[in-house]
Amino acid sequence: MMTFITLIARNRLAAFGGVMLLLIVLLVLITPWLPLADPNITETANRLMPPLSDGHPLGTDALGRDILSRLLWGTRISLAVGVAASLVAALIGSMIGIVAGYFGGRTDNTLMRGIDMLMAFPYILLALAIVAVLGPGLMNALYAIAIVNIPFFARNIRGVTVGIAHREFIDAARLSGKGNLRILASEILPNVLPVIVITMSTTVGWMILETAGLSFLGLGAQPPQADLGSMLGEGRKMMLNAPHVATVPGLMIFLVVMSINLLGDGIRDALDPRLKSGALSRPAPFTRIRRRHKPLPDPTNDDALLSVENLQTDFEVGHDTYQAVNGVSFAIQPNECLGLVGESGSGKSVTALSLLGLVASPPGVITDGRVALAGRDLLDLPHGDIRRLRGRDVSYVFQDPLATLHPLFRVGDQLVEAIRQHQPMSRADARTRAVSLLGQVRIPNPAHRAEQYPHELSGGMRQRVGIAMALANDPQLIIADEPTTALDVTVQAQILALIQNLRREKGTAVLFITHDFGVVSQICDRVAVMYAGRIVEIGPTKTILETPRHPYTRRLIDCVPRLGEPDNEPVAIPGLPPAADALPEGCAFAERCDLAEDACRQGNIELIATDTDRQVRCIKPLGIPTPSPQGVTR
Amino acid sequence: MSTPLLDIRGLTRTFGGGRRWFGPDRAGVHAVQGINLDVARGDTLGIVGESGCGKSTLARLLVGLDTPSGGTIHYAGDDLQQLRAQDRHALARRIQYVFQDPLSSLNPRKRIRDILAAPLRYLRGLEGQALEYRLGELMEVVNLRPEFIARYPHEFSGGQAQRIGIARALAADPELLVLDEPVSALDVSIQAQVLQLLRRLKAEFDLTYLFISHDLSVVETISNRIAVMYFGRLIEQAPTRQLFHAPAHPYTRVLLDSAPIPGGPPIKAEEGEAELPDPLSPPPGCAFAPRCPRAQDDCRHTVPPLDNLVAGKDHLAACFHPIEGPWQRIATQSAQER
Repeated sequence: MMTFITLIARNRLAAFGGVMLLLIVLLVLITPWLPLADPNITETANRLMPPLSDGHPLGTDALGRDILSRLLWGTRISLAVGVAASLVAALIGSMIGIVAGYFGGRTDNTLMRGIDMLMAFPYILLALAIVAVLGPGLMNALYAIAIVNIPFFARNIRGVTVGIAHREFIDAARLSGKGNLRILASEILPNVLPVIVITMSTTVGWMILETAGLSFLGLGAQPPQADLGSMLGEGRKMMLNAPHVATVPGLMIFLVVMSINLLGDGIRDALDPRLKSGALSRPAPFTRIRRRHKPLPDPTNDDALLSVENLQTDFEVGHDTYQAVNGVSFAIQPNECLGLVGESGSGKSVTALSLLGLVASPPGVITDGRVALAGRDLLDLPHGDIRRLRGRDVSYVFQDPLATLHPLFRVGDQLVEAIRQHQPMSRADARTRAVSLLGQVRIPNPAHRAEQYPHELSGGMRQRVGIAMALANDPQLIIADEPTTALDVTVQAQILALIQNLRREKGTAVLFITHDFGVVSQICDRVAVMYAGRIVEIGPTKTILETPRHPYTRRLIDCVPRLGEPDNEPVAIPGLPPAADALPEGCAFAERCDLAEDACRQGNIELIATDTDRQVRCIKPLGIPTPSPQGVTR
Repeated sequence: MSTPLLDIRGLTRTFGGGRRWFGPDRAGVHAVQGINLDVARGDTLGIVGESGCGKSTLARLLVGLDTPSGGTIHYAGDDLQQLRAQDRHALARRIQYVFQDPLSSLNPRKRIRDILAAPLRYLRGLEGQALEYRLGELMEVVNLRPEFIARYPHEFSGGQAQRIGIARALAADPELLVLDEPVSALDVSIQAQVLQLLRRLKAEFDLTYLFISHDLSVVETISNRIAVMYFGRLIEQAPTRQLFHAPAHPYTRVLLDSAPIPGGPPIKAEEGEAELPDPLSPPPGCAFAPRCPRAQDDCRHTVPPLDNLVAGKDHLAACFHPIEGPWQRIATQSAQER
């Protein structure tokens, strides 16, 4: 609740609207106790007095009634009717919407077709017709406004409910013994309540206007009772000789509706989960880079295709800094496949995205390090150059090809676009190349498949298209971020074989990110194990799998159940990885490590070389009596 | 073998289809087709299959979240559909379900207390002191700190959330737990924790498990019997060791050959398309025949029944030309397509 208020307060316009509305509401609430003239006492002697007259600060109307008094009493009624109408509409509309959305099928059809019939009539005409049938009067106007607004709520809430009714927690509630009514009231309602509030906050203003409209036409408040609409209607007749009679209620309507709408928009922004997650804050096309100094290149990486040195990427959310990548260094030789292994949250994907500045900013910031592709520091390049590199020299393959392929374009056209972005080529030539690429990734009947949309392809085929797109411009390096995680094992086997073959044929280097040691041992020459944003061990795949040096690597391998060895029970690692905004001093794994001692929790533990081609970030690596003193400090 | 706890005969579930006002009737999709399965009390039956093979539909049928189009399920001798019709809660007291995605199966706007209290209140009729006591017990059973009970689901990690899901399933005091990919969404280190917990709970509360997963190695560690599904049908069933020692169905072999083992021999990739047949026009014979290297004419015409391979031996396979002999990954073959 407090965060909700601060969220609203941060939105200047909404705060302004809120304060204004609060003032108006306070004013009309205390109206009965204010020293005001009776709003309905006529005094023809004092008719049409201008504002600021004696005893009548806002003047009087055609019957000599005090406008200030009528204004406050009228606002009171208009607000009350508007809010009451929207409450009635919200209650009935939401009920219809929830029931229709939850039960679906015939119930849904019957209810929603009824709602559609209501919507088939022009909005204000329907309200007029209802009042005409019920007879003029404030209460009848309220009913009319409420009825014409029911469809608005019903349709909105139904849409949301349909989305929630198929979620797993509804099934879970059913299995917990809850009946339909209980599920509606205690599972669905709390989840649609924000939407009801949002819809209400954006319609109250509109309903006040409609009430005023009906009163203006003489169908709402009946004389002598004042509401804003009827005051406006009365003032209209003397617009020329006494403009203040109409202007004052008109201004009040403006203020009320404006403040409600401003506040309503603020409430919507604060409550809407999509807006809260930052969907509307457009991330920059390049990650922000804020390095204090430009690091010098590490001479040992001279012949590497890609060398990453001390890369640090933070996420800055409010006052918290989450250190997602915390000094990562590795190098990839041409045609090499390096595996980056770690559990979720270990920073492996952020590392991959940081290389070409693809981490969303805000909140991501690269704070230190160097990313050199064939000797050139990518973090130093102008944005235009980086853009030319993306997809040409370095390309990505992502986990979910359904999310990365555009659903509305044929896969062939998407490939053509990827090719023509970097190569001057006619559309027809690019098309031929696209079809040949699809053939290269072993898609049967490529010419026909190029004409299909992503949803017409199976998961494995889509991932092949994703790989074809990554190959489109013959990149030197492909970064594959969990490319087989979403696939079935038989399809995974095919995709892994495909990547191996392409590496052999084209000489491409691959940075392969995965959480699966089985996949790593199939495809990677070397592997880097990440934990809490750091590489804890790096070396050739075979030796690391056989004789892991870091206790974390050892235990991570031990957790994996091994096919064909049912007696080899996987051993769990107790505890959880540390939070990225509160990394401990020393070794981040010390808390979960059964070999940890005091020295593990102190200072900065460096990556040290244990063998010629292996490094480990541990002060007492497994299988080594004393670590070599001259560690490679990175 | 005494009467099985769960006795499934000819279970079928068809989606869609039906009559049209004009034109021919629409074809339905058989998600689950003619499944015969026994689960003995105290067993852990693993059900393995790839996406789209109908394993989740089967699970939903068992816990009563879905109604079969044909066939019967008997639970300890009682017909499941009758049980459901008599008393909405009777089934939920006996069979409970653990969901795949721990977070989406917990209502984000409810505290853990409310989530766990629901089955205790509505299925077991607990109130007041007894309810509080049982809540504390449940949290302890799944190794969660008692103060966590006042928190909301989003404050938990995946592994903790899954333990809450397990606690909720246990709250009703069921005899059979249907676990639908309970560890697939978890990291390996957490996966091992949850598997350990499941193993302990099974012994502690005399549970029977139906463990559904796509991951062969996970199923192998926890099950004592395994059934393999393909395209809505059971294609092989055997005790775990027997199945992994000598898988008879070519599809089971393909699955085993494709699963990468850390430090293990190279995997074998299938040639051609590793795709399921079109569910709207399934092949007349064995559904695996289009992918099968051993397929003969008879495979393409008739659906092979799930039969005992050798009479008297507890190993069923639905194949006309089963593979004999022990399974071993051919170590010389590298992972490449030819």
